[in-house]
Amino acid sequence: MAYGKKVLDHYENPRNVGVLDKDAVNVGTGMVGAPACGDVMRLQIQVNDDGVIEEAKFKTYGCGSAIASSSLLTEWVKGKTLDEASQIKNTEIVDELELPPVKIHCSVLAEDAIKAAITDLKNKAS
Amino acid sequence: MITPTYMDYSSTTPVDPRVAKKMAKYLTMEGDFGNAASRSHYYGWQAEKAVDEARSQVADLVGADPREIVWTSGATESNNLAIKGIANFYHKRGKHIITLKTEHKAVLDTCRQLEREGFEVTYLDPMANGLLDIQEFKSTIREDTILASFMHVNNEIGVIQDLKTIGEICRENKVFFHVDAAQSVGKIEIDLASLPVDLMSFSAHKIYGPKGMGALYVSRKPRVRLEAQMHGGGHERGMRSGTLATHQIVGMGEAFAIAKAEMKEESERTLRLRQRLYDGFSDMEEVVVNGDLDQRISGNLNISFNYVEGESLMMAISGVAVSSGSACTSASLEPSYVLRALGLSDELAHSSIRFSVGRYTTEKDVDDAITLVREKVEKLRELSPLWDMYKDGIDLNSVQWAAH
Repeated sequence: MAYGKKVLDHYENPRNVGVLDKDAVNVGTGMVGAPACGDVMRLQIQVNDDGVIEEAKFKTYGCGSAIASSSLLTEWVKGKTLDEASQIKNTEIVDELELPPVKIHCSVLAEDAIKAAITDLKNKAS
Repeated sequence: MITPTYMDYSSTTPVDPRVAKKMAKYLTMEGDFGNAASRSHYYGWQAEKAVDEARSQVADLVGADPREIVWTSGATESNNLAIKGIANFYHKRGKHIITLKTEHKAVLDTCRQLEREGFEVTYLDPMANGLLDIQEFKSTIREDTILASFMHVNNEIGVIQDLKTIGEICRENKVFFHVDAAQSVGKIEIDLASLPVDLMSFSAHKIYGPKGMGALYVSRKPRVRLEAQMHGGGHERGMRSGTLATHQIVGMGEAFAIAKAEMKEESERTLRLRQRLYDGFSDMEEVVVNGDLDQRISGNLNISFNYVEGESLMMAISGVAVSSGSACTSASLEPSYVLRALGLSDELAHSSIRFSVGRYTTEKDVDDAITLVREKVEKLRELSPLWDMYKDGIDLNSVQWAAH
């Protein structure tokens, strides 16, 4: 199965790879997936005082499409408020990366990851 | 476009140019294009002569009588004919069959079909090194066991089963013994004159012959009978009807003859290459060879780079054509059933790559592959949250994963 151009681009030049301080109050961490399923995503977001995501980092164990989905998501969420970020749908990722049907689960995982990161951040605030 | 280096010889091999050259002589008007079943004229006789010669070449490589060789379309058909053929012919004697969970799908799915037809099949777990547990096999044999089917060499992990010991147990218990030898023939010695094997499947394309061509060895002493699965003109002593594909048959014969002449030297060479490849990875952290390293075919290295997912590694090393036990492309997300049957964790199974070297692999190919793989594994581990956790000393089994 050949990969699409956009998947290859993100895979070869992944954006925003890295780690943020998971204990910081303005950092939310979402880790989703399982090694047994062949993919694990860790997505972290850092918000400023206005509640806008100013930094996003990821690390992903998984196939090229999983890596590309998380890389793309970190690009998209930067500059967004938490509400805006939580509205990103996996189908938007599918469309942007032109993922084939067998890879749709990768985009679902990415959507789960950002939601988990936001939940983590909100739990810290409360 | 620069084509990738081929390191997937267990999947298929290119046709040896010597084989292709010979095959071309059996196609056109100028060549021997006749039907081997045409007994009445020159063209038929020429084709028959070529088929007979090829039959002897195949028989010679494995220590069989040419009359024990039945042409088929490949190892899948051979496996089907052997297993269904025995089951259908001897079902009154019993309806129990024993096989291994790590067999090729051509064996497993054939057994599944027989289960639907009222047969009972025991699928044994291999030991952690991929080999059959002989004692467990012995204790599984019942009064109504008619057939045991075990592959000689496993296609994914390359481990070699002990046919002599297994075969002797089968003989003692009057159980027919079928062996899928698609991955072993022409690579390690097989002597059917001394091995207690009743049926053996062969493929041409795994040893530099054409695809779409195979054979089944059917023992004459002791005599083994089969119910045909393909009916028609009664070719191949009634066991497999259909006009013989002379050019394919000649190709298989030539490939087997070359293997006989060059097998010893070639397996020493591929073993050196395999060792070189393994040495290139052996000092890396968290690298595991899957399957027994000693009881293994020379050209195969199945290795897991822990915390790196196999499909993404294959994508990263696109300059080298290999295969992976990961199954991210399949809807099930289930990794290789062979590696799972060895008791490997899912993540190790997902992290596996099968390298298989062969006739046209060079030392440079191996060295380039080592450099590329090392670089990409490092890159992907930098990307891997699991690698981070491993480095932080977190036991991944202690983590509550959200399975999806």
